[in-house]
Amino acid sequence: MKKFVTLTSTVVPLPIENVDTDQIIPARFLKATSKEGFGDNLFRDWRYDKHNQPVASFVLNNPAYKGEILVAGKNFGSGSSREHAAWALADYGFSVVVSSFFADIFKNNAMNNFVLPVVVSEAFLSGIFESVNRDRQTTLTIDLKAQRITNNATGQSEPFAINAYKKECFLNGFDDIDYLLSKKDTIEAYERSI
Amino acid sequence: MSKTLFDKIWDAHIVTEVQDGPTQLYIDRMYCHEVTSPQAFEGLRKRGLKVFRPQQITCMPDHNIPTENQESPIEDPVSKNQVDTLDTNAREFGLQYFPVGDARNGIIHVVGPETGLSLPGMTLVCGDSHTSTHGALGAVAFGIGTSEVEMVLATQCVFQSRPKTMRITVQNQLQPGVTAKDLALYIIANMTTGGATGYFVEYAGEAVENLSMEGRLTLCNLSIEMGARGGMIAPDAVTFEYLKGRSFAPQGEEWEKAIARWKTLQSDADARFDKEIVFDASHIEPMLTYGTNPGMGMGINDSIPTLDDIDPASRISYEKSLEYMSFKPGERLIGKPVDYVFLGSCTNGRIEDFRAFAQRVKGKRKADSVVAWLVPGSWEVDRQIRAEGLDKVLEAAGFTIRQPGCSACLAMNDDKIPAGKYAVSTSNRNFEGRQGPGARTILAGPLVAAAAAVTGCIIDPRGIACVSGSTI
Repeated sequence: MKKFVTLTSTVVPLPIENVDTDQIIPARFLKATSKEGFGDNLFRDWRYDKHNQPVASFVLNNPAYKGEILVAGKNFGSGSSREHAAWALADYGFSVVVSSFFADIFKNNAMNNFVLPVVVSEAFLSGIFESVNRDRQTTLTIDLKAQRITNNATGQSEPFAINAYKKECFLNGFDDIDYLLSKKDTIEAYERSI
Repeated sequence: MSKTLFDKIWDAHIVTEVQDGPTQLYIDRMYCHEVTSPQAFEGLRKRGLKVFRPQQITCMPDHNIPTENQESPIEDPVSKNQVDTLDTNAREFGLQYFPVGDARNGIIHVVGPETGLSLPGMTLVCGDSHTSTHGALGAVAFGIGTSEVEMVLATQCVFQSRPKTMRITVQNQLQPGVTAKDLALYIIANMTTGGATGYFVEYAGEAVENLSMEGRLTLCNLSIEMGARGGMIAPDAVTFEYLKGRSFAPQGEEWEKAIARWKTLQSDADARFDKEIVFDASHIEPMLTYGTNPGMGMGINDSIPTLDDIDPASRISYEKSLEYMSFKPGERLIGKPVDYVFLGSCTNGRIEDFRAFAQRVKGKRKADSVVAWLVPGSWEVDRQIRAEGLDKVLEAAGFTIRQPGCSACLAMNDDKIPAGKYAVSTSNRNFEGRQGPGARTILAGPLVAAAAAVTGCIIDPRGIACVSGSTI
């Protein structure tokens, strides 16, 4: 399993609010029975027009923007619970999504695929967008151990929250199922108690 | 200590709480459909595991299935493969299974309650955000991702952080011609699309208590559209009456015991919620949406907010949304022509929705300019439609009834709204491309949909004249 400790990367800015999972991966691409290959259709209908030609104005089609960090407007990942959205982001090459606010189910799905959702303040978020506007080479550093995100263009940094259990999972590449499987006795004891 | 309804059910299902981490929550029942389960079953195989509690899992395909000629094999090979994969998984792992064409098949969130598989006091999950629907019975029900589906298959547990609690009290009564869907769209418009994120909602108050079970299912179904983890309503006489005699509901002596237990499932009088919101039902008009998230809703006679009404930070997203819909700030939608009408989905595919639609179109004709798709939420709903003679009313008005499934709600089958066309949909999401690439969705209740279907335009179903001159 992948481990996450620190990451410094340029960013892909998407200053749109309420990006729902139907935009991240439209329903017609959910018909696969494996987890691979969803990155090709990440943001499909914003990225390609109806003739399947790249939309030049969309950020993923602009070679000036690349990196492992997607920075998006508030309430990212709302709507459908499709984990395909997290698979698509991971498959495309994103390890971190930064926003001021995430939808609950998406947040769990992202973490279960080792894509780290980092919640920042509105002010810090707009600071990132401004820095990237000025300089596309702007980098962010995410230090998971210290739970701190730094905008290297301005030197501004902010702490971010993650529960200790999930932090350990990311640092060590553990997944929830391994943990739950180790708890079978407790589950059976619970079942006997009801 | 006094507890909310949510706390009572959640606390009774805690297996352990990981220190400074999530709750390990025991799940009473999981539903699986074909879209979000294949990778979970595959994960189980890779780990060499069996399903831990197969008797607590129910599978049925609903998203991909056609709404015509279900007797024949599915034509789209990719859809067919996904449905076949669920078939293989359900049989191989020995799970309860309602395949395509089975008398019990339909949309999971319609079938669960109507078969009595979903019951008060339960924890229920499905790899589907509209699992919140089942909360209407007084259950803790929420959508999960595929990794979490795998966790439940393997251990009957999920890891979840404990949500905060919110009570939404709706005082007074809804006016005639205003439905549960209108109530839900009104609440979401006020709360915004992310306004309940992090919370589990209990709906209460006179307007909620007065809803039928179908109406309550509609209301709880849409909880996710304001970001809530789930929505629930305390079980009462309406709930018990609805469940009595359903196939998988307790019977005889067990039924009496269950009722006694379910009657305790109420928030204590002095229970504290993290947030309390109050609305007045008497002000609510028939609703519709004008934008590309369900929070962008308004009364049918209102005008779309102008840019001055929008927070400057949100204007880019707002303008993008209206551009997609080809609407202008400040515009009214009354009289706008409609190309498609969709009655159905886990939101409004129940018998009460078909009754409302049929009652409104009775003795009238479907507008020639409108393509109408009427899709029952399940075969049970289809049987009720025919038993009540609604099929005759609908057919006389020029409508046909399709076969059950999720259909045009998310257009994973052939029921796609063409690019640029306007659809008045009783479904749950108006996201860009949700009903087909480029499709423009106006969410509304079954009465607004019926009025649009017979006039060909957006019109107040309470009988106000359309600008084209026709009235209903």
